[in-house]
Amino acid sequence: MDAGKLENILRRYDGSTHNLLQILREIQEAEGWISPESVTALEQALAVPRAKIEGVASFYAFLHLKPIGRYRILFSDNITDRMGGNQDLMARLCHLLWIEPGKVSEDGLASVDLTSCTGMCDQGPALLVNGHVVTRLDEARIETIAQLVRDQIPVEEWPAEFFQVEDNVQRRDILLGCEFEPGSALRALHARLDTDGVLASNTRSWREGLPRGLVGPATMLDEVKHANLRGRGGAGFTTGLKWEACRNAPLADGQDRIVVCNADEGEPGTFKDRVLLTSHADMVFEGMTLAAYAVGARRGFLYLRGEYRYLLDHLEGVLARRRRDNLLGHSIIGIPGADFDIKIHVGAGAYVCGEESALIESLEGKRGTPRNRPPFPVTHGYLEQPTIVNNVETFAAAALIALNGGEWYRNIGTSHSAGSKILSVSGDCERPGLYEFPFGVSVAEVLEACGAKDTQAVQVSGPSGFTIAAHEFDRKICFEDIPTAGAFMVFDKSRDMFQVARNFVHFFAHESCGFCTPCRVGTSLLKNLMDKLHNGQGSPYDFKEIEHLNHILQAMSHCGLGHSACNPVLDTIEKFRAAYDARMSHQDFTPAFDLDGALSQARQMTGRDDALAHFGAAHGELQ
Amino acid sequence: MEVVEKKKLKVATTSLAGCFGCHMSFLDIDERLFDLVELVEFDRSPLTDIKEVGKCDIGIIEGGLCNAENVHVLLEFRRQCKVLIAMGACAVNGGLPAQRNHLPLAEILSEVYLSSPGLGNGMIPNDPELPLPLNQVHPIHEVVKVDVFIPGCPPSGDAIWKVLTDLLSGQGPSLGHGLLHYD
Amino acid sequence: MTQTFTLDGQEIPFTPGQTIIQAALAAGVFIPHLCYHPEFKPHGSCKLCTVKVNGRHTASCTFKANTGLQVESNTEELNAERRTLVQMLFVEGNHFCPSCEKSGNCQLQATAYDLGMMSPHFDHFFPDRPVDASHPELLLDFNRCILCSLCVRASRDVDGKSVFALADRGIQSHLIVNAESGQLADTNVSVDDKAVQVCPVGVILRKRQGFVVPIGERTYDELPISGHVHGAVTLTEES
Ligand SMILES: Cc1cc2nc3c(=O)[nH]c(=O)nc-3n(C[C@H](O)[C@H](O)[C@H](O)COP(=O)(O)O)c2cc1C
Ligand code: SF4
Ligand code: SF4
Ligand code: SF4
Ligand code: FES
Ligand code: FES
Repeated sequence: MDAGKLENILRRYDGSTHNLLQILREIQEAEGWISPESVTALEQALAVPRAKIEGVASFYAFLHLKPIGRYRILFSDNITDRMGGNQDLMARLCHLLWIEPGKVSEDGLASVDLTSCTGMCDQGPALLVNGHVVTRLDEARIETIAQLVRDQIPVEEWPAEFFQVEDNVQRRDILLGCEFEPGSALRALHARLDTDGVLASNTRSWREGLPRGLVGPATMLDEVKHANLRGRGGAGFTTGLKWEACRNAPLADGQDRIVVCNADEGEPGTFKDRVLLTSHADMVFEGMTLAAYAVGARRGFLYLRGEYRYLLDHLEGVLARRRRDNLLGHSIIGIPGADFDIKIHVGAGAYVCGEESALIESLEGKRGTPRNRPPFPVTHGYLEQPTIVNNVETFAAAALIALNGGEWYRNIGTSHSAGSKILSVSGDCERPGLYEFPFGVSVAEVLEACGAKDTQAVQVSGPSGFTIAAHEFDRKICFEDIPTAGAFMVFDKSRDMFQVARNFVHFFAHESCGFCTPCRVGTSLLKNLMDKLHNGQGSPYDFKEIEHLNHILQAMSHCGLGHSACNPVLDTIEKFRAAYDARMSHQDFTPAFDLDGALSQARQMTGRDDALAHFGAAHGELQ
Repeated sequence: MEVVEKKKLKVATTSLAGCFGCHMSFLDIDERLFDLVELVEFDRSPLTDIKEVGKCDIGIIEGGLCNAENVHVLLEFRRQCKVLIAMGACAVNGGLPAQRNHLPLAEILSEVYLSSPGLGNGMIPNDPELPLPLNQVHPIHEVVKVDVFIPGCPPSGDAIWKVLTDLLSGQGPSLGHGLLHYD
Repeated sequence: MTQTFTLDGQEIPFTPGQTIIQAALAAGVFIPHLCYHPEFKPHGSCKLCTVKVNGRHTASCTFKANTGLQVESNTEELNAERRTLVQMLFVEGNHFCPSCEKSGNCQLQATAYDLGMMSPHFDHFFPDRPVDASHPELLLDFNRCILCSLCVRASRDVDGKSVFALADRGIQSHLIVNAESGQLADTNVSVDDKAVQVCPVGVILRKRQGFVVPIGERTYDELPISGHVHGAVTLTEES
């Protein structure tokens, strides 16, 4: 990379190591890889050891320290992509381009590989080409792509419809149905300060702990608490408590409070944050601003998953407009001291970075390894400063609460799950897309709405969530029954639930950060066992092994990824046992590798093909 | 007399891709071997010269799996023996031979027979009598279910004795500090 | 009044701020561990030190001691789980103890002995991890790296050098050194570095120093690793 270009990038990121990931991402985008020369230049410019730079770069799937081809094509490999035939499409493209999957073509032109779910499940199969998402793949699109690559047409000049991403909103409720006017929630809150008697008296009791003159922030906190808002990122933590803990955390000199919006949306089958950021970005940013006002933060980040890089310009545009309209910046809507601004950080292919402490590490420009907790982010988050991390939808809901009041909000949904939930519906149904329902909607109602037929199972909340079988379809989507981060993948009776679980296990093995022993090794062992069953080498022995690994992962892992890596296997074993029993091809232990295949290289080298050169009768087969 | 004979446990042993070190160690149980012979009767073993393994109570395997022949013998042992013991580092984790596993076999064969002077007259032996090497060396538990492991390179006579006597007395075999070692 | 918590039925005193493992080791009670080292900030990655605190699994090297905690450590259940973790570490790398210079002085091996590991149990990964012999005095045999990051922490925090770093992720995670060539010889490492001393296994080795200590006199020949706790050593000597 020429010095001028690099200087430019460095300047935009204040030449700070905390922006290392962003700097590396920009180099990757500009050059197609991160060359040793670029690393050397960074080493000098940032005064960080190159091993650290390489350590960070190699952590993220979309950054490359080796040339990866001028066209880097990654097929999304969620189970819904598989159901849409991504494997055949990928094989076809490889064939057309004369490429082996996972390898760069000899002329350095292209490489083709797999990547975790790209969040396009409602319009898949999908792929990424040099970071740009291509949706609705079919045979014809693959042929055209092969041609475009062979003709070396720059991705920017590819047909625009390839990159078309639809919102596919199928059912709107309070949030998606809100005609939100930018600034309206901030103004509504401000207007309510002196008039809302009930809340004002409520605030007095707990306001004591706060610095004087904070009636506005206290009111916002109170509204959110009164609304019973719970996080939409999966765990369902009470948002008001989180904000309050951050607000009350002591600040050292020179420290600020930080608001982070988690738009990593890495859980396969989830794509509602994509739509919120596409069509409701003002609500999300306004929610962040309200949060900042409530906790006393002046800096905010949106952590956008690398797969949604295509939204960056649009989001920067919204931020710029909000700055112009005094909805960001200094003295927001004229409230003295209400200062807040938002920066966008883009991820680079690491599901674990959705875990809030790993996300913070990543924001700091490091490898996305989950931290040891306590201390929690609310007291020691971004650069050790008090930080709240919330999901995109949580912030949008907070804006809605500021607009309409906590009392209004708490009366929607169920007693422990206030408000609505946006579900990302995909898989075997007529109308995939977003469905917003008040909490408490049953699985059956959602299936009815999306036009699902002959449904065998639904995976709620993604691979780390729950496999729901037909006899449970009257169960409800809410924190007291089936909590969810939003994914709702439908499988009809033609699907093999073992393959569903196996796909999920592959996902976890691919996304394990490698920090802790049980998950680093355990997810790979689990993957190998599922593959062993798949390859027809399974026996009851392997079944016991799977159960053992499940236990170790759950009990010993460092973070939620490892803890839930076995969920899909546990659930499918419990509810779809037949799919596993069908794979117990052997009664006795059978090797994971094919014995005859293990002689292949020797056969090839010796040219032998006699009976003893194979495993069979002559050698005494296993059983 | 016959009754006593029948009570003896039948034991078979073999060395696959091993160095006979473990068998030497086995003999190291010294005079206790006499006690052992009171309790057991040897079937196929380098100690007896019986070539085919018959129905046995205990099968003891030294060495890992390098070639087709090793696998063949191991499968035979697994079929015939009630309790299968992996004896020594090579049987337990592949040992020294497994250190070739990061190299493709094709590369090794051509290095040995085609590139280095003085061996195989520029040709990889293809005599059907010779067992073909496996792509990778495997410890035996990756191919059959193994019931008992005695690690060590070689395990000491004491360790082998302890495991066998534990087994003969119907206990789960264990090795404490000093007896349990991997080197 | 000193504060205490209960560990396997025994009262363990602690000073506020101490982790469970620190308090336990100070009281002479051994808890298995690999990535914990008293001189460095706890890392919490190997999970060997996992105990049950009030019934929940947690790493004792990162969990702060607190009055009244009920901690289980030396139980059949936990030791079996730890044994599984050690087996995972054995099959993840290439551990051929008979030809390893660290044998007898290795914490992984000694911990495996202590936990009664009779076999690696799982199928081996047999990864390809080339050795770095570039340095005149030091050898890096990555085949045995357990990714404890002690060398990373020591080099960065004590030596002020950052010779080592972790790269890649998941099962591909591995150690790299700070040189464009990727070779140790091209770093500013020195044999006196703390980073060179801390490796619990046989990765970072002094050349020509292998097997100098005869079998029988190596670190864990006499006493098992669980006996290498201050209090426990005293006990053994007295008895
Ligand atoms: C492996 C893993 C991945 C996660 N990914 C996401 C994610 O993509 N988006 C998200 O909002 N939360 C994710 N979470 C949950 C976050 O850690 C955190 O709980 C959440 O962002 C808090 O926001 P909320 O309270 O608004 O739900 C993930 C957690 C784990 C363990
Ligand atoms: S559980 Fe997995 S993802 Fe989480 S810290 Fe451990 S290795 Fe990393
Ligand atoms: S590092 Fe330890 S466990 Fe690994 S081979 Fe060496 S002595 Fe054995
Ligand atoms: S080289 Fe040694 S100290 Fe460094 S991470 Fe590997 S095992 Fe730990
Ligand atoms: S054959 Fe016994 S140790 Fe290798
Ligand atoms: S010693 Fe606690 S996790 Fe490694």
